[in-house]
Amino acid sequence: MTDSTAARFDKASPEIKAHLRKRKRSQFMLKTLGIGAISIAFAMLFLLVGSLISTGYQAFTQTHLVVEARIDPALVDPDNPSDGNFRQLALDIVSNRVIGGADTDNTDRLTDILSNRAQFTLRDIVVANPDLVGETVELKLPVADKYDQLHKGMLDRDTPEENRRLSDREIEIFDQLVEGGYVAKPLNWALLTNADSRFPEVAGLKGAIIGSAYALLVCFLLSFPVGIGAAIYLEEFAPKNRISDLIEININNLAAVPSVVFGLLGLAVFIGWFGMPRSVPFVGGMTLALMTLPTIIIATRAAIKAVPPSIREAALGVGASKQQVVFGHVLPLAMPGILTGTIIGMAQALGETAPLLLIGMNAFITSAPSTPFDSATALPTQIFIWADSPERGFVSRTSAAILVLLTFLIAMNALAIFLRNKFERKW
Amino acid sequence: MTQNATKFSARKVQVFYGDTQAIKDVDVDIEDKTVTAFIGPSGCGKSTFLRCLNRMNDTIDNCRVEGDILLDGEDIYDKRIDPVQLRAKVGMVFQKPNPFPKSIYENVAYGPKIHGMTRSKAELDEVVEKALRRAALWTEVKDRLDTPGTGLSGGQQQRLCIARAVATSPEVLLMDEPCSALDPIATAQVEELIDELRTRYSVVIVTHSMQQAARVSQNTAFFHLGELVEFGETDSIFTNPQDHRTESYITGRIG
Repeated sequence: MTDSTAARFDKASPEIKAHLRKRKRSQFMLKTLGIGAISIAFAMLFLLVGSLISTGYQAFTQTHLVVEARIDPALVDPDNPSDGNFRQLALDIVSNRVIGGADTDNTDRLTDILSNRAQFTLRDIVVANPDLVGETVELKLPVADKYDQLHKGMLDRDTPEENRRLSDREIEIFDQLVEGGYVAKPLNWALLTNADSRFPEVAGLKGAIIGSAYALLVCFLLSFPVGIGAAIYLEEFAPKNRISDLIEININNLAAVPSVVFGLLGLAVFIGWFGMPRSVPFVGGMTLALMTLPTIIIATRAAIKAVPPSIREAALGVGASKQQVVFGHVLPLAMPGILTGTIIGMAQALGETAPLLLIGMNAFITSAPSTPFDSATALPTQIFIWADSPERGFVSRTSAAILVLLTFLIAMNALAIFLRNKFERKW
Repeated sequence: MTQNATKFSARKVQVFYGDTQAIKDVDVDIEDKTVTAFIGPSGCGKSTFLRCLNRMNDTIDNCRVEGDILLDGEDIYDKRIDPVQLRAKVGMVFQKPNPFPKSIYENVAYGPKIHGMTRSKAELDEVVEKALRRAALWTEVKDRLDTPGTGLSGGQQQRLCIARAVATSPEVLLMDEPCSALDPIATAQVEELIDELRTRYSVVIVTHSMQQAARVSQNTAFFHLGELVEFGETDSIFTNPQDHRTESYITGRIG
């Protein structure tokens, strides 16, 4: 080393010091930018979940009238309970708790306190157990949406009466019920166990959850075997030439096609040509499968490529056939990657709205589907329907439904992470 | 040359990757119950030639082999020869130990299983034990046959791979730099093992280490730029090379 180069590497020289400072500064900048980006992402996430929870938490409880009441045999015939006058029974249950009772002035108001569906809830209870007629039973009946809003404090009592959805007299009557200890606000299981309804106080997600589950099942059963088969063929058996290149490019393009286009395809092909029914999860699942298929093929090919060639050579070296190598060694080792990709694809399909709207899965259906061939909604389309509904109660229910959907998505992603860690191998 | 029967006989072998020629006109006879070493600088084609002997090059798309390679007088590139059967007869051990991510037992039993060589579990157990004994691994692993093969040390893994290769009762063992990923102690163990294997099999070993070639082999082939420069008894190659390129290589001037 000559003297001049030695001098250049002298740590004390001002040039070296300046250079070092510059290097440290740029490293510090990069770090700060990174932390800043992550902080912004977290803040956005916090804002999203925070706003959802702050509007949605009200929907996880529902105001109920909890009373002990006698099932009057004069209104309900024990031999033919389904024809009983449950409307009158529901009215009586309320009017007996209110000073003044059901005079001509109050009857309509009192009828309105309980949900319009309360009479049917009563009927279902009695029909299921006719021995209750004449007995005194504890009943828990949902109150109508506007009273629910009032009880949750979302209806401002200071608003002038003519601008308010409840009159002073109505509020007074309800307050009597609250003072009497007849009003409770238990957890709203109906959100998960009821199907959709026009009345927000009894509307639930059961139909949407089952519809989504059926659609995902159909989507999985179609796209998983077909996707893996296609990926194995392309990766292991197909000759590498122009045609396989073209196929590869097209699969990558398909993964980027907007989902609404797949919806139109499903509408035209499955419903238009094949004459399949509208709004059913089976068709929804097939449409989602079109969308998930490229994702699964790409993930599977990547997972197969990641299997070290030494394992293939080892198997070939002892005389395994190509098919034995693929199914005995490559596929088991690629499985965690394949499963992760599949679950991510499924999670995507679960949140997909546009294609389901196009094949009519945004219909108003008040019963949960019992087969994949019954009309149903799915979670995202249910959110879409509720977000569109004018009733005040649907505002918080929309947020609650989004939270339910997010919970399912987080659960699926957690499953993907769990599977990946469990089956991850080291070599 | 020793007087053993010829196992492999290669004539005018040419190998092409696409348009580039990797091997030119190689003629070589590999004897039974002998260790033959292939030496030469990197990229000289010794591994490529080794992989012709069990048709591993078939798996490379644009690879083309010309000329004749006879195993016991039969052309292994004949249409009637099934490469899958051939590879049971000509076992291979690779550069990096590559046990399957399965148990030790499964690793060794895999070959006999896929070739349907055993009829019962007891028979398979016997084959596995014999193979592990031949690979000098039995005493070390007999109590933990169901633990993963990937959990063994590097040297043990390589001997497991040798056990896996001998489990199908091959006639020839091809070894592609089997010690390059091992430490000196494990290397010594594997070399010792190669010397024992010679009593049953014809062994062909590719190595970068000339000392190793001198230690384990009886015959040595020196490859340079895709050509077989010199082939003969190891002693004479190292003490009295005929070609100046061989001499340059073993004295360290090229390579």
